[in-house]
Amino acid sequence: MKFVWFNLMPWPDLPDGFRENHRSVWVDIDSKLFDPERANGLYHEYMDQLEFADEMGFDGIGVNEHHQNGYGIMPSPNLIAAALARRTSNAAICVIGNSIALYNPPIRVAEEFAMLDCISGGRLVAGFPVGTPMDTNFAYGQIPALTRDKYDEAHELIIRAWAEDEPFAFDGKYNQLRYVNCWPKPIQRPRPPIYIPGGGSIETWDFCLDHDYNYSYLSFNGHKAGRALLEGYWERVAERGKDESPGRASFAQIICVADNDAQAEELYAEHILYFFNRCLHVHPGFADPPGYRTVNTIKSGKLGGLRKENQELFKTLTWKDLVEGGFVIAGGPDTVREQMEKMIKDLRIGTVFGLFHMGDMPDWKTRFSTQLFAEKVMPSLKNIWPELETDERWWCHPIEDRVRPEYTIESARAMAQAESQTMPAQWT
Amino acid sequence: MALAVQRLATRRGIECDLLCAGDGPDLVFFHGAGGVSPNDPLLQTLAQTFRVHAPTWPGFGEDQTETAIEDMLDFTLHGWDLIDALKLARPPLIVGHSMGAMIAAEMASVARHDLQQLVLLTPAGMWIDAEPTPDLFAMLPFEMAQTLFHDPVQGEKLMTGGLDFNDNDALTAFMVSNARRLGTAGKILFPIPNRRLSKRIHRIGVPTLVVGGASDGLVPPSYIELWGESIANCSVVMIAEAGHMVHVEQPQVVADAIVSFAT
Repeated sequence: MKFVWFNLMPWPDLPDGFRENHRSVWVDIDSKLFDPERANGLYHEYMDQLEFADEMGFDGIGVNEHHQNGYGIMPSPNLIAAALARRTSNAAICVIGNSIALYNPPIRVAEEFAMLDCISGGRLVAGFPVGTPMDTNFAYGQIPALTRDKYDEAHELIIRAWAEDEPFAFDGKYNQLRYVNCWPKPIQRPRPPIYIPGGGSIETWDFCLDHDYNYSYLSFNGHKAGRALLEGYWERVAERGKDESPGRASFAQIICVADNDAQAEELYAEHILYFFNRCLHVHPGFADPPGYRTVNTIKSGKLGGLRKENQELFKTLTWKDLVEGGFVIAGGPDTVREQMEKMIKDLRIGTVFGLFHMGDMPDWKTRFSTQLFAEKVMPSLKNIWPELETDERWWCHPIEDRVRPEYTIESARAMAQAESQTMPAQWT
Repeated sequence: MALAVQRLATRRGIECDLLCAGDGPDLVFFHGAGGVSPNDPLLQTLAQTFRVHAPTWPGFGEDQTETAIEDMLDFTLHGWDLIDALKLARPPLIVGHSMGAMIAAEMASVARHDLQQLVLLTPAGMWIDAEPTPDLFAMLPFEMAQTLFHDPVQGEKLMTGGLDFNDNDALTAFMVSNARRLGTAGKILFPIPNRRLSKRIHRIGVPTLVVGGASDGLVPPSYIELWGESIANCSVVMIAEAGHMVHVEQPQVVADAIVSFAT
């Protein structure tokens, strides 16, 4: 069982009345709401939390990519991942991921992920979401009806760029390159483990099964809603005759731990409600442009999370609704452990992306919740799936003899303070 | 009287429905992103003067052919393939609406001798930085009706065709056909409905009529003026009490303008 500590990096200062006075948190959000000087402190606060999670023993620390979005200030997750790779040496660096359909050309993703894998000593867990319509179509201008095709071509190009030893020509529809020669190559070859964040498209299931990629169901609707969709996924796994390793699936869950259930509400409710009421206020016209979703997915009725119907729901949720509906797993350690165990088994997931910081949650609360989880919940859940001990397909394989950057920072400091620097004899 | 529905197949093997009616000089009509129906009031009126041929673009009928068309050149050459398949005796009058007019203008630029005259009804395909037009793809249905129609209340009824949104099967079918049509249209209209026709428009060498709707929120009068200035041998008609769907809101006035221009 793998636990990834994941932070969306939301803007915590969306004003009261945001929903009424602004049409969207995403795409055309008022840029005057962003304060770059405030962001100086905020980025470091969030990165400090990710490093804290590494110290607390989480298997992975996670970042993701969103553009022009008030609930995520990481249009480039690779920049954050690079900082984390340089300051940690234990946790997997989970970039979940790069929206490859909007990188032109996508060899940029192959190169940056290879750099991250080298710098981290082979700790990269790579993610390739198709990309939300808000990011891919409206912020980055990709044509909706061609997005999936562009994604498929980008995927092929990146995988080949990592795997092939000789330069090759690539005559694609969206990318024509004479000398594809990815330099550097990742430590993990032919490729790092790959996670595909999906929001309900059934084509994504088959894509994951074709390549043995982990299907990450990322929605904010919580595990009760997630169960229905993942049951569909596991049916497809069986139909395709694939093994049922829990490593095939993962899920994002908002988790709030306190000393007891009442304290959890007292500490966390307002911040979770900030997230649902303000951060998910997306103009419905941006959520589902024609051509983005395939005909088969529309017919299946498994529609995306930020459509108008869901948004109506998010407006009026109370803490009680959030907890009872499974949107949030919250309470004292025993409550959380019990619900986590049930969720993990019901959804049959091998990796949990835990969202401990949400909305405008202050730093001390985030660390409090994280530490309680790490010390009082996580240990008892680690070995839920014995079969995953020997299933190598779903996690990174770092080299043992890797640079431990947190020590080089100290040694750099020590060297600077040393009385003299001695030039080696052969140079004198 | 409703147009008859026939079948057409291009040399590339792409099949589609073809609406036909009337007798007289050949007129080929290229519809816009809203599609075309056998009850189209403009086409029924034009059938009194012309032999009207109205093929359907890929993505706009039952034939699952839209993956064959990816970009502006694909649309342009498919338009000529359709006309070739009609086996007309003489180069036709081409009439296009909106997206269909964008394609017709490209066709007339590329193969300037293969048509007699050109009529562009509220054409897409230009962009004026100082006056950006709204993004159809980010609009909700009621916003769309306001942008496209002089009478938005009537317009919205027309767009949904009396659909009961509580009927899940009907709603799914509507969403599927909407996704296919606008998904296909997006290949040349998204994110900005401009594929650099201005580089080629000087090649249009036939008499051209550009028709605008005075209340058009998608292709406003300033755009119609730009079209008129960009094409040699071009006349412009602005139709009152009509929006973007000018041929649906004022079919008789539009028909009269076309007949008077072409005959």
